[in-house]
Amino acid sequence: MSSLRLFAVTALARTYPRVAWLFRSRTWLLQETVLPVLSVAAFAYAYRAMNAPESYTGFVILGAAMTTFWMNVLWGMGAQLYWERDNGNLELYIMSPAPITAVLTGMALGGMITTVIRAGAITLTGMIAFDVPVDPTSWWLLAGVFGLTLAALYGLGMMFASVFLLWGREAWHLVNLLQEPVYLATGTNFPVSIFPKAVAVAASVIPLTAGMDGMRQVLFRTPGFMGVGEEMALLAALAVAFFFVARVCLRYLERRAKEEGKLTVRWQ
Amino acid sequence: MHPLAIRTDSLTRTYRKARKGWRRKTAPDAPPDFAALDGVSLEVRPGELFGLLGPNGAGKTTLIKILTTLLAPSAGTAYVDGLDVVTDADKVRPLINMVSGGESSGYGILNVRENLWLFARIYGVPTAVARERIDAMLKVVGLEEKAGSRITHLSTGQRQKMNFCRGFITHPKILFLDEPTLGLDVTSARAIRVFVKEWIAEKPGRTLLLTTHYMAEADELCDRLAIIDKGKVLACDTPANLKKRVQEHPVFELSLAPGANGWADVGQLPGVHQATTTETPTTVELKVSLTEEPAIGGVVQKLVNAGGRILTLKKVEPTLEDVFIELVGHGLNDAPTATP
Repeated sequence: MSSLRLFAVTALARTYPRVAWLFRSRTWLLQETVLPVLSVAAFAYAYRAMNAPESYTGFVILGAAMTTFWMNVLWGMGAQLYWERDNGNLELYIMSPAPITAVLTGMALGGMITTVIRAGAITLTGMIAFDVPVDPTSWWLLAGVFGLTLAALYGLGMMFASVFLLWGREAWHLVNLLQEPVYLATGTNFPVSIFPKAVAVAASVIPLTAGMDGMRQVLFRTPGFMGVGEEMALLAALAVAFFFVARVCLRYLERRAKEEGKLTVRWQ
Repeated sequence: MHPLAIRTDSLTRTYRKARKGWRRKTAPDAPPDFAALDGVSLEVRPGELFGLLGPNGAGKTTLIKILTTLLAPSAGTAYVDGLDVVTDADKVRPLINMVSGGESSGYGILNVRENLWLFARIYGVPTAVARERIDAMLKVVGLEEKAGSRITHLSTGQRQKMNFCRGFITHPKILFLDEPTLGLDVTSARAIRVFVKEWIAEKPGRTLLLTTHYMAEADELCDRLAIIDKGKVLACDTPANLKKRVQEHPVFELSLAPGANGWADVGQLPGVHQATTTETPTTVELKVSLTEEPAIGGVVQKLVNAGGRILTLKKVEPTLEDVFIELVGHGLNDAPTATP
């Protein structure tokens, strides 16, 4: 079997447990749709009390939907190799002829599929509950920004996966660090254009920033901190860069882990 | 000429002290550096079922991790099918597989069949072929009824059987089994031993490296064995040759009916090295150590001529446990004697 075909076969095989989880886990609908919508409601009522534009409620709904991707990147990608090691799967993957990037691609694909459904449920519920007006300039453009945002986000997730594995339990602190501060920096619940431009540009290292800003521009015809085209180019560059950095990190990780015995030693 | 299935030359693996913190300083309470493998040199021929026997911490699993490309050696070299496990790891991996006793791999959300399918696919096994092999292997281990059960609903033994199947469905050229029957019931362990023997005989060139705590299992299965302790290979030979090492003279045990005569001076017979007797209320137990095995004929003749009645006669074979104790200084499951 050619290496490209093995890559594809492995990625699809690793996608399977995630998709199976979607159909076999009965609690996700409550935990991951109803609870985020309650959080959206708090912000939506606050904006309404302040007589903010209707689009701001839309911003919050979009922010809540995209947050599910960020959480999936942190927990479903970043921390996943660490968990895979602890249950013994990682050594089976490393020992197999399949490249570890294929395994991570499978995790990413599975994560995207399941999270798209969750994010869609949040968006739909939010839009209906708060009757947010949606008037996109182009559905195709929206799909383009969304797709590039996911590619960059999951590229970053692959990079996190190797870092988490290398740092072991210390990586949990990184997960905590990358939650609330990231929600603030990327403008999860407000337009990031209120920041000074330098801050917004710096925050764009995280794909959520440019991704959400671009989608808000397309969906609600509001101004952003950069043009949609520029944001798409940035997201594409980030996706490619993160994927290649992830590959380098994974090779480094595998070498270091084999030298230090970290592929097989658990809970360190 | 075919390369050796496995070869290690002065293989050493040292674990360094644990590091902690951002600057990765040595933790003051960290254990000292220790050598899990210390200059191990082994050769395993294609088609061989080779065993590794040793107490916990002897270095067996470390050796397997290096051979399966999961761990880098600190010094020395290791080859699998003639390929260096460090520099040619990508070429080694399609040829091998490993099953570890007590491993908890797999995805709880998936059932047995799905888990096995996933781990077959990462070796490029087509789905239709994987299904056939999975069905066949589940039959071997008696897990057909659990094929559709999520693995979180399996017992430890059933999970161990599933992992055993995982190792075989990729048809590896060289298979590493690390305590494969750990935690299995007697019937299942026997079925697995029978299958292992059939599997290796089925196709020439298949090689299997087995570690086990069960001496009888090693004796029954292995063509050759290495006894390993504290990271060093103490002996490597066939089970029969290893056993010969600890028994210089053939030994026979005879059970005689009470009132027998003639046993008192058996030790004086030609060819008898040593003779000991123990009288019980119902029998006289005679143990004779001979310089040559045929001398037992003279012993029997002497006893019969003296009017003795022999109830039982058996040759005492040393066990691998005896070999192990002789070489390591304690039994496989005993703690080593503390030195002052």
